[in-house]
Order: sequence, then structure tokens, then C-alpha cells
Amino acid sequence: MKIHEKIIETILFICAAIATLSVLLITVFIFKEGLPVLKSYGVFNFIFGKTWSPTNEQFGALPMIMGSISVTLGALVIGVPMGIACAIFLAEIAPKSVVKIFKPAVELLAGIPSVVYGFFGLAVVVPIIRTNILPIIQKFNPDANTSGYSILGGAIILAVMILPTIVNISENAIKAVPFEYKQGSLALGASHFETITKVIIPAAKSGIITSIVLGMGRAVGETMAVILITGNMPKVPGSVLDSVATLTGTIAMEMGYAGPMHQRALFATGIILFVFIMMLNIIASTTLKRVGRG
Amino acid sequence: MVNNTKIKVRNLNLFYGEHQALIDVNMDIMKNKVTALIGPSGCGKSTFLRTLNRMNDLIDGVKIKGDVLLDDVDIYGNESDLINLRKNVGMVFQKPNPFPKTIYENVAYGPKIHGIKKKSELDEIVEKSLKGAALWDEVKDRLDKPALGLSGGQQQRLCIARCLAVEPDVILMDEPTSALDPISTVKVENLLDELKAKYTIVIVTHNMQQAGRVSDYTSFFLNGKIIETDLTENIFSNPRDKRTEDYITGRFS
Ligand SMILES: Nc1ncnc2c1ncn2[C@@H]1O[C@H](COP(=O)(O)OP(=O)(O)O)[C@@H](O)[C@H]1O
Ligand SMILES: [Mg+2]
Repeated sequence: MKIHEKIIETILFICAAIATLSVLLITVFIFKEGLPVLKSYGVFNFIFGKTWSPTNEQFGALPMIMGSISVTLGALVIGVPMGIACAIFLAEIAPKSVVKIFKPAVELLAGIPSVVYGFFGLAVVVPIIRTNILPIIQKFNPDANTSGYSILGGAIILAVMILPTIVNISENAIKAVPFEYKQGSLALGASHFETITKVIIPAAKSGIITSIVLGMGRAVGETMAVILITGNMPKVPGSVLDSVATLTGTIAMEMGYAGPMHQRALFATGIILFVFIMMLNIIASTTLKRVGRG
Repeated sequence: MVNNTKIKVRNLNLFYGEHQALIDVNMDIMKNKVTALIGPSGCGKSTFLRTLNRMNDLIDGVKIKGDVLLDDVDIYGNESDLINLRKNVGMVFQKPNPFPKTIYENVAYGPKIHGIKKKSELDEIVEKSLKGAALWDEVKDRLDKPALGLSGGQQQRLCIARCLAVEPDVILMDEPTSALDPISTVKVENLLDELKAKYTIVIVTHNMQQAGRVSDYTSFFLNGKIIETDLTENIFSNPRDKRTEDYITGRFS
């Protein structure tokens, strides 16, 4: 073998090795930095502790865990029905001319940087919650109060951010349903709507579930937009109008000024996030398998 | 001949955009008989069949002129109701197309759509329809299994059962055995003989022996026109038109 071929091969090998190694390194690093805190503070105390007060060496991560869960769930509650409805509309109902306008618009959403979403949320959604939505809620619950920086605000913006993922993947899944199924249903006297709800969507459900899981992953991991909107109060929330801090937001904001102990606690928070996303992936792949077996 | 006509087709012309696929088609389809449509591929048999339950409505750019009368009511008239039409005129497709649901759910789909909710009633319909399609004995122990696990021949009979379950008067079949093995084909053919006591059947086939075996009447299509329609025995033993004779004797170029 010529020398330059040998060199190219080696370079290729190094590139491949770096990609694999970095995953490994990141994992090892996070666990190495974070595990000692988990051990000394106690895993249980860390996960279920309600007080996050790094200056007093109190590292209860429950507020952030609840923060991430609540904002993500909220985003799914708003974004999933909207995204699936949009996908059905694009794949089955809209005339071609409308699809030509709608689809690029949805895809454009995916290209907007998250800090812009965050700024939009801060400038538009947060004030609307404070001045327009709060009075409505106060009619039912006079004690309600909010600054606008809230789970609700974060959920609304995250819902829009996960729309392109849900719409695109669901739409492809719906379009991949064989025309024969649709034809068979219509030939039995089913309406278009019945055919969509009873045949097409069930046949596309594994793709639709995939889209939801990927959207959920994006919502859990989103940092910048959430920092700007949710208020970053490390406190277990009592309502959707409360401010929360999320796992990602807390790490991003506090890492810069954290002392050694605090820093390690943030790495431990990273472990929680890591496990969180792993669990999500496992749940997703097992449900997918179950659905696939039909 | 008095009042034995189930469907009357009068001066039917169909265009796919600029392309005319059916030209001045006239035909009387007899009640409780099997009518076969034969002809070379691309001559408009499937297109014609789909005009009888308005499945062509799904295709963009289709224009239809002329009348199709089902029990003397124009199915393209404004007052006619598409859902009722398709309930009365069932269709079995070339490629078996059971839904990715259980065997039971496939058969119960139509009745459920049309408003039957009671489990006992649905159970009864499912059993009756599967028996009607000569499939009951093969699947009665696995009604809750996926329909896609059945063999091709069983799938096609399931599609026939699914169609029977909504109690149509007419069943349209577009080359229903072309994707099946010979044994399954015989099963479906035997079934047709039983079904015609209750239903009016129109079947497209490219297999002339099949037309000879299963049908009472045969129509020969060529380039979007009907060349002749007659009793099947006449078509095969004594065709009036030279082109029909050429086609059935295989001398067609
Ligand atoms: N969806 C369609 N769009 C345009 N042309 C079509 C369509 N379906 C069929 N055709 C044309 O109409 C003619 C008749 O087709 P078809 O009814 O499928 O014939 P057959 O079933 O006898 O083989 C053919 O020339 C075919 O190319
Ligand atoms: Mg055909």
C-alpha cells in the first residue's frame, strides 16, 4: 500500500474514533464529576429534595425535575393535537395549492434559532399571560397570581418549537398509508372523515408516536427559549401559572459562576437529564415495538 | 326481461382529462346474475366498473357524461347519496386490501360505520358474513388475530366478507383472483356461484376461462367501447362480432 493511502486511512479512522470517543468521554465526564455529589448528598435526597440553594449547599433537584416535566408535558398537551391536526390537514384535506404555502411555513419554524423563540415568548406571550389570561383565571380562582413567566408560557413556545417535528414526521406517516386502505374504506360507504379517523390514523400510528417522542426529546432538551420564559424559580410548581426552573436552564445559567461543589451538583443534574432522556428513548422504543406487533 | 335489470347504463362517456376512456357505453346488468367484463388490458374495464359505485370520483380531472341507473335511480343525480350508493354497491379489489386490524374488526368495520353498535349484533353479522365468504371455518378460532397474517386467498375472501357485511345488492369485483394461487382462485369462483342467489355481481377478468366458468352474461370491451354483450354461452360459442371472436379465440393482435 502506498504511503499516502495509509495516511488517508489513518485519518478516516481517527475521525470515526473521535466521534465515538466523544460520546463516551462526555458520558464518563458527566458521571465522574456528578457521581461524587450524588453519593455524598444521597441519590434520594438529591432527586426528591425540594430545596435548591447552592450557597447553602442544599442540592434538592426536585424543583428542576418537576420544572422540566411540567413544561414538557404542557408543550405536548398543546403541541401534539395541533401538530397531528396539521399533519392530517396537509396530508389528506388541503388542496395542493394550500399545501404549497403551508408546508414551507411549517418547515421555516424549524429554522428559527431558539433564542428568537425565547425573545418572542418574553416580549409577547409572557405579557399576554399576565394581562389577558390571568384575569380569566382569577374569575375561577381569586387567589391566582402570576408574573407571566410561567410553565404556561414555556409550554406555549415549546409547543410551537416542536410543531415542525410532529407535523413533518406525522404527515409522512399518514402519506405512507397505502391508498388501498383508503379506497377499501370509502368503497364500504365510509365518509372521508371516518376513513381518516378509523383507518388512516390507526395505520399511521407508529409514525405518529415516533413524531411525538422526538418532539418530546426536543422539548426536554431545549434550553435558551425556556430560560427566557419560565422565570427560573427553583421551586416545585403548584399551578401552570407558576415560574419554574428546568434542568437544562439551571445548568446553563449557574455553571458560569458556580463554585466547585455547586459545579459538581450541576453535573449531577446533568446525570438526571441524561437518565431522563435515556428512559424516554427506552419507553419510546418499547412502545414502538408493541405498536408494531399490532 | 321484465324488471330484471338491476343497473342500466346509458350513453356513458368518461374522460381522464383529455383522454376518453369510455365511449358511448350502454349496458343492462341483470339482477342476481354474474356479468363478466372481458377485453384486452387498458380497454376501460376497471374504469367502467368504478363508474358503478362512483369510485372514479376520487381521481382528479375525471369527467363523466351519461346515465347510470341503479333500480331506475340515477346514481350521478344530485339527490343521490354517495354513502348509500357505496353501501348498496360493494367492491372487491384486484389486490386483497384488508385493513391492518383484526379479522373481526375488518368485517365489523362497515356495519359499525353504518351505525350498528351492539356487540351481539356485530358478532352475528361477522359470523354470517364470514360464512357467506366461505371463510368462517378457517378463521373462527382466530378472529382477534391480525388480518394481514392470513394467506392471500384468505385475505381476498375476507375482503368479500367485509363487503357482504354491509349487505349490498350489487358486488363489483375487479380481477379478484389475479393475485391468487389456483386453489384460492377455485374457492373464490365457487363462492360466486353461491353469492349470485342473493347479489348481482359484476366481475372484471382477463381470464376467459374464468368468465366462461362463472358468468351468466359477458360483455366484451375494446378501446373504451362495448363491442357486444350477450349470454356467456353465446359469446363463447357464437359471437356476433368478428372482433369478439378474434379475442376469445386468441387471434387478437
Ligand atoms: N387514473 C387514471 N388517470 C388517467 N388515465 C387513466 C387512469 N386510469 C386508467 N386510465 C386510462 O384509461 C384507460 C382504461 O384503463 P382501465 O380502465 O384501467 O383498463 P382495464 O381495466 O381494462 O385494463 C387506459 O388507457 C388507462 O391508461
Ligand atoms: Mg383493470
